[in-house]
Amino acid sequence: MNTLSPDAPQPALGREPAAHRRFRISIVDYGIVIAFLLLCVALAVLTPTFLTSGNLLNVGRQVSIVAILAAGQTFVILTAGIDLSVGSVLALAGAVAAGVSASFGWGPGIVAGLLVGGGAGLLNGLAITLLLVPDFVATLAMLSIARGATLIYTNGQPISVADGAMRFLGAGTIGPIPVPIVVTLIVFAVAIVVLRSMTFGRYVYATGGNRRAAAFSGIDTNRVRVLVYVASGLLAGIAGVVLTGRLATADPQAGVGYELDAIAAVVLGGTSLFGGEGSVARTLLGALILGVLSNGMNLLDVSPFYQEVVKGVVIVIAVALGNLEQLRHRTLGA
Amino acid sequence: MSGPMPAVERARPLAARPALLVLRGIHKEYPGVVALHDVDFDVRAGEVHGLVGENGAGKSTLLKIIGAVERPDAGTMELDGEPIRLASPHEAQAAGIRVIHQEFNLFPALSVAENIALDHLPNRRGWVDQRAIRSEARAALDRLGVELPLESRVDRLGVADQQLTEIARALSARARVLVMDEPTAALTDHEIAALFRIVGSLRREGVGIIFVSHRMEEVLDLSDRVTVMRDGRVVGETDRPTREQIIRLMVGRDVSELYPASTGEVGPAVLEIDRLSVAGRFEEVSFSVGRGEVVGLAGVVGAGRTSLGMALFGLLRPTGGTIRLEGRSIAPRTPRQAIKLGIGYVPEDRKALGLVLMLSIRHNETHPILPWLSRFGWINQRRERVTVERRIEQLGVRTPSIDAEVLHLSGGNQQKVLLGKWLEIGPRLLILDEPTRGVDVGAKAEIYEIIADLARAGVAIVLISSDLPELLGLSDRVVVLREARQLAILSRAEATQERVLSLVTTGAAA
Repeated sequence: MNTLSPDAPQPALGREPAAHRRFRISIVDYGIVIAFLLLCVALAVLTPTFLTSGNLLNVGRQVSIVAILAAGQTFVILTAGIDLSVGSVLALAGAVAAGVSASFGWGPGIVAGLLVGGGAGLLNGLAITLLLVPDFVATLAMLSIARGATLIYTNGQPISVADGAMRFLGAGTIGPIPVPIVVTLIVFAVAIVVLRSMTFGRYVYATGGNRRAAAFSGIDTNRVRVLVYVASGLLAGIAGVVLTGRLATADPQAGVGYELDAIAAVVLGGTSLFGGEGSVARTLLGALILGVLSNGMNLLDVSPFYQEVVKGVVIVIAVALGNLEQLRHRTLGA
Repeated sequence: MSGPMPAVERARPLAARPALLVLRGIHKEYPGVVALHDVDFDVRAGEVHGLVGENGAGKSTLLKIIGAVERPDAGTMELDGEPIRLASPHEAQAAGIRVIHQEFNLFPALSVAENIALDHLPNRRGWVDQRAIRSEARAALDRLGVELPLESRVDRLGVADQQLTEIARALSARARVLVMDEPTAALTDHEIAALFRIVGSLRREGVGIIFVSHRMEEVLDLSDRVTVMRDGRVVGETDRPTREQIIRLMVGRDVSELYPASTGEVGPAVLEIDRLSVAGRFEEVSFSVGRGEVVGLAGVVGAGRTSLGMALFGLLRPTGGTIRLEGRSIAPRTPRQAIKLGIGYVPEDRKALGLVLMLSIRHNETHPILPWLSRFGWINQRRERVTVERRIEQLGVRTPSIDAEVLHLSGGNQQKVLLGKWLEIGPRLLILDEPTRGVDVGAKAEIYEIIADLARAGVAIVLISSDLPELLGLSDRVVVLREARQLAILSRAEATQERVLSLVTTGAAA
């Protein structure tokens, strides 16, 4: 054994083969990709319209709102938390953005919407870390509070949006690509980079994987947990602004139940609800599966009543497939 | 174990008896680790087959395969000469294989009687027959010769009583093969004696018994045959083993000098604490640790040793006294501040407090130093990789890759990763709380070597250990704590095993 001196220079190691970098590749890692591709192929065969660019862009536009929420939700779930408030926060942020932009213009409107979103997330995080309210309860309360605040702010009436810039964010295009898709791609690019390459991302995984061990390593886990709720709220704010722009109106009932779709997208992507394991890129895939599934069923004229049932069944099957490896090497009791 | 061992008569010759359960060519891999490598094992009717090996040798995996908790990747099993494939613990039980696991598989909210009778719950048309349950449970306990409150919920019992419940549960079913994994760990001598009598009578009834224990005397006393495992292989099987023979097989070499010699050279004080107190945890502790010195904290659980370590690392707020680091007064309020000061802390429970098991070696290793490895929050991953690879190489961590999950490493390798994590900060002061707990003998020796090397490199070390020979073997001085107070500071020469033991347990020198 070499003499151990923490400060002394150590002998350099030979370059390791690149194979070491990808340590574990298995069907689990690609099962969700395969499922998505199979779904797309099936719909392309079954319907003439699915594979048209118009339809695909439409799917992208529809998926974008839930996808943006799901990106934030991924951060929260990676820390072993949950954010049930995002649907309501989306509505509140959208309403405030619409209201403020009507008086002060689109710039202050968007900023106000994002501040409302981030602020709601901050309150969630503080309730959870300072007041020790369980995450489920704190964000359930925020679900109620933000919805109520939206109804108070809007007086229960939709606020219509005339501002061109707000409309552009939701309904405009850059070249052939709808702006919501561009926003979604930017959100995911940033989220992927943060989780892969930045200290905050490591802290998120460590906090979710073993909060006490993370704290014993000098990580301020409460700060990390507050920040993931802020991120989730902020992204709900972005989603709210985009949705308001797309519909040209801020509906006080917007986003009801979206939190469940967002959580479903995260889970479909294989992120563990126990924290510490998962990836945000796969969350995007999860959101796409939900979107394509719904689009496909519309094209196939499936009754909306049945669509809900199918969606639930698909979620269970997909998650079970993701566990294929574990099911095969079943470890009981251990 | 110094308690009285009941004499158990042996029925020989055994070789003539038919093999009851035979395992051939069993192979089992977890990602990155071969847990079992082509293992052959068998047990005959009416024999006790002892199975020994260090932690991580593969015993537990083998037992899990016998109990069908895990499935082997390759290999065959035969019962009475017939090949069998067991898909679940339930099928194993149906085939007459019972495993008394080390971790209790009890239902905490159910009563003792219900737990004992659970596997074949007496019922009448789906209604549970409470009276039959009680009588069955009582019969099983009578066989064991122990008294337990049948109606009490299992989670209200002490560990020993839970272990007895677990054993009674296995006895209540008619087992043909009985696997006992460390059954005596929580028992008193009296209960052990009762258990051994039962093992003797089960043997006479023709049950094949696989007996796993860390207590060498028990294995030697009870077993007709002993198989030794190391690194996932069977390295020896013998009819009349000696203690030395078994230890040599387990370790793979002779254990001569476990503790590296201290240089005895101690530099200027790195840590000086003066009348340091944390209310309710420890009172007025004063000592210093010099450069390159190892100061051991001796005391029983609850004496305040771990709290003292936590106070130095910013995890507990002192209510009195001072801490000085290289002459400067310090008061770390968070682990982050302590780390910046050059203080590292290896906590006693590596799985709960030390490591994030599901993450890779690389990620775990750099958690404390990410701020230094990054710029504007951006991690220099190439530097990280090189840093971790060097450390892993230097510490001799056995792993296929630094991207392997810590979960799949053996206890000793996990502990090295944990130590390495704190070496990354370039510590001036290192607090080691039970640094070799749950680590096998070979890895222990390596960790002792690492600690000695650190001291040689000038790190001041506070060592907390309940393993007295280890504490005395590594420490230059020993601070004795008892009931939250400091009793004595002993030099290496003064700190004899008898003296320290007497101080920590009775408060008086022997």
